[in-house]
Amino acid sequence: MSGTFLGMPALPVYGHGNLNATEPFPKAAHRELGNAQLRANLGHATRTIRDKRLHVVSELPDWEDMRDAGSAIKNATMANLPALLEQFEANFTARGGIIHWARDAQEANQVVTELIQATGETEVVKVKSMATQEIGLNEYLQEQGIAAFETDLAELIVQLDRDLPSHILVPAIHKNRSQIREIFLREMEDVDPELTNEPARLAEAARRHLRRKFLTAKVAVSGANFGLADTGTLAVVESEGNGRMCLTLPETLITVMGIEKLLPSWRDLEVFMQLLPRSSTGERMNPYTSLWTGTTPGDGPQNVHLVLLDNGRTAALADELGRTALNCIRCSACMNVCPVYERTGGHAYGSTYPGPIGAILSPLMTGIKSEENNSLPYASSLCGACFDACPVKINIPEILVHLRGVDVDSQRSKVKVPSQMDLMMKGAEWAFSDGAHLNLLEKGLPVGRLAAGRDKVIKKLPGLAGKWTQSRDIPAPPGQSFRQWWAKEHGAADGVEPSVGDQQSEGKQSEGEQA
Amino acid sequence: MKIALFATCIVDAMYPRTARATVSILERLGHEVVFPPGQACCGQMHVNSGYFKEAHPVVANHVKAFDTDDYDVAVAPSASCVASVKHQHELVARRCGDAALEARAAVVGAKTYELSQLLTDVLGVTNAAEQLGSHFPHTVTYHPSCHGMRLLRLGDRQLNLLASVDGIEMVELPEADQCCGFGGTFSMKNADVSSAMMEDKAANICGTGAELCSGGDASCLMHIGGGLSRQGSAVGTLHFAEILASTLDNPVTVAGDVQLAGGRR
Ligand code: SF4
Repeated sequence: MSGTFLGMPALPVYGHGNLNATEPFPKAAHRELGNAQLRANLGHATRTIRDKRLHVVSELPDWEDMRDAGSAIKNATMANLPALLEQFEANFTARGGIIHWARDAQEANQVVTELIQATGETEVVKVKSMATQEIGLNEYLQEQGIAAFETDLAELIVQLDRDLPSHILVPAIHKNRSQIREIFLREMEDVDPELTNEPARLAEAARRHLRRKFLTAKVAVSGANFGLADTGTLAVVESEGNGRMCLTLPETLITVMGIEKLLPSWRDLEVFMQLLPRSSTGERMNPYTSLWTGTTPGDGPQNVHLVLLDNGRTAALADELGRTALNCIRCSACMNVCPVYERTGGHAYGSTYPGPIGAILSPLMTGIKSEENNSLPYASSLCGACFDACPVKINIPEILVHLRGVDVDSQRSKVKVPSQMDLMMKGAEWAFSDGAHLNLLEKGLPVGRLAAGRDKVIKKLPGLAGKWTQSRDIPAPPGQSFRQWWAKEHGAADGVEPSVGDQQSEGKQSEGEQA
Repeated sequence: MKIALFATCIVDAMYPRTARATVSILERLGHEVVFPPGQACCGQMHVNSGYFKEAHPVVANHVKAFDTDDYDVAVAPSASCVASVKHQHELVARRCGDAALEARAAVVGAKTYELSQLLTDVLGVTNAAEQLGSHFPHTVTYHPSCHGMRLLRLGDRQLNLLASVDGIEMVELPEADQCCGFGGTFSMKNADVSSAMMEDKAANICGTGAELCSGGDASCLMHIGGGLSRQGSAVGTLHFAEILASTLDNPVTVAGDVQLAGGRR
């Protein structure tokens, strides 16, 4: 509990806290899909941000170069993380800050609690922080008799409603204005009973509610968007200014930051201050950027602490193909373009990190064998929209596929009886590893055609394929495969003989095939 | 030019018309088409489902079938299969520790083109009506498949070819760049989300008033078409190769009769 350097752990340490899904994604998604209001709210919100982002990104002629730069800086950071962390620690400490290293959620929660207890306070204000959400800090503090007040408007809404965030940037994205008004009327003391759902009125109500907290709070807890190794500086980027109040008014400031948030130098910030706002809120620049380096006598918090959190980040780093997931700057662009996220919302992912990045980051941090996190890499159609949108070019689809491979291999060693999917893949391996095998199977096409009947469609299939026919037909197969047609036209070759189906071919045009 | 056709497993077995249309187009341009008989599948389904071990023999089979100097370029009427050949085969070989396969896969991948890529970039087709005699007097909307759009960066190649067909009327598809929800085994593993995506796509297609929706990937078209069919919609799906192959003398037929509107494939 001090500035002691514990160093990078030799073995990957898996993460704990709000990173584990407790039910398989398809099941959670099924439930969330039933919520029409949620789908409407999400569809509207993501579409709006998506369009704004496209607009401001297209203004920059060098956007692609900037993405490359962002990606290169982050890759270099990850390749050199231990040394950069030490450099950061030295600079942060030299300027009057105190560093605490936390191996996992439990350690981090303990450190923060003890720091608060040392001040004698029982209330803290908070500026939105994903890291503290990840470790479940608010709940932990509550158990110790410390009340934590979120000051970010969306976080406040979620907190007042005792709900969970469903988006990393717009945690209350799943709620509309009328729902927010109801929450305020219900939960805020001395709120104006005439409150309407106009954004300005809602913001005003929140401002009044928060002002009292800001003016009395002696301790603040924050997250950080960036840590700059060469100066020991921390940065918070936000839209409302509530964060700045937290960062400047209290006497004690405790920041919790994942170890991957570093950038090597102050200069690198230039790239990210262009990438982040445009990707996240679709703004050219965010309204408030706060940077602080240690303490300044007589100005701002005099006790400045930083908890550097691992909680599974070294485990992700140890995965050679997955480690670029740590490059994430939490802009949320990937979830705003993701068709799966748009329909299920963030809660379906069961983790602080939802959407495409969550589908890779959570299992990387907890290990694929943890709880139901092995269903997350399959929560994607691999459409690739996330990769295109990501400002630091994380190849999410490729990592999804990699993690599916890790999952399949881990099941192989664990499960004795092969699943339906295993059997299907095994069968397809046989069929697809030799043209002659496929030809043999294709001789059965007329049978499928017969089964389809006069409608020429198949409406119900057994087993796994039945999932397909729950909402889609399958066309009747043709009387002969292309391969068989070709063999007939060009003479049989290499195990491809004209099939029975050919001989009884119904004539060239009847299949709708051009001659 | 001698062109090797990679028919892909789904086109070979379910949509032979698409492969025959591809042959017809290429032959009309004066090229010789060959069909490497050992071919079966690109292995994409295995890879995308995480079955790398099972993908290995499938990839090896494809590379063996196409690893000859007997042709100039290979072509497939499927963006996602071409993307797999170009981007996944080396990965699979590497993951399975097969360096020899990795090297040969790179050679095969470099020679493989998606159909609109080959037509536009290599064979110089800019006007299908003039150069191919394509004639298709119908209203068509177009869905760009994700892998064509994002992995192969096909841009408007397929759309431009379609628009240059004689008699065709192209109507724009709202939210065209949204995934149709197929995603291979995703449509089974996450059937509910996949259906929701398909339903939105189908609604957008129906809203255009087009007689059918075209595209460049048989699997996506099967997914969209299967949904439209289940909803009782008269709108069908048709691969762009079949539209390009359609001529005044030999029009493409849908559902056995030439009536498009009201007909089901
Ligand atoms: S993965 Fe990329 S797009 Fe998604 S939140 Fe992280 S930085 Fe943004």
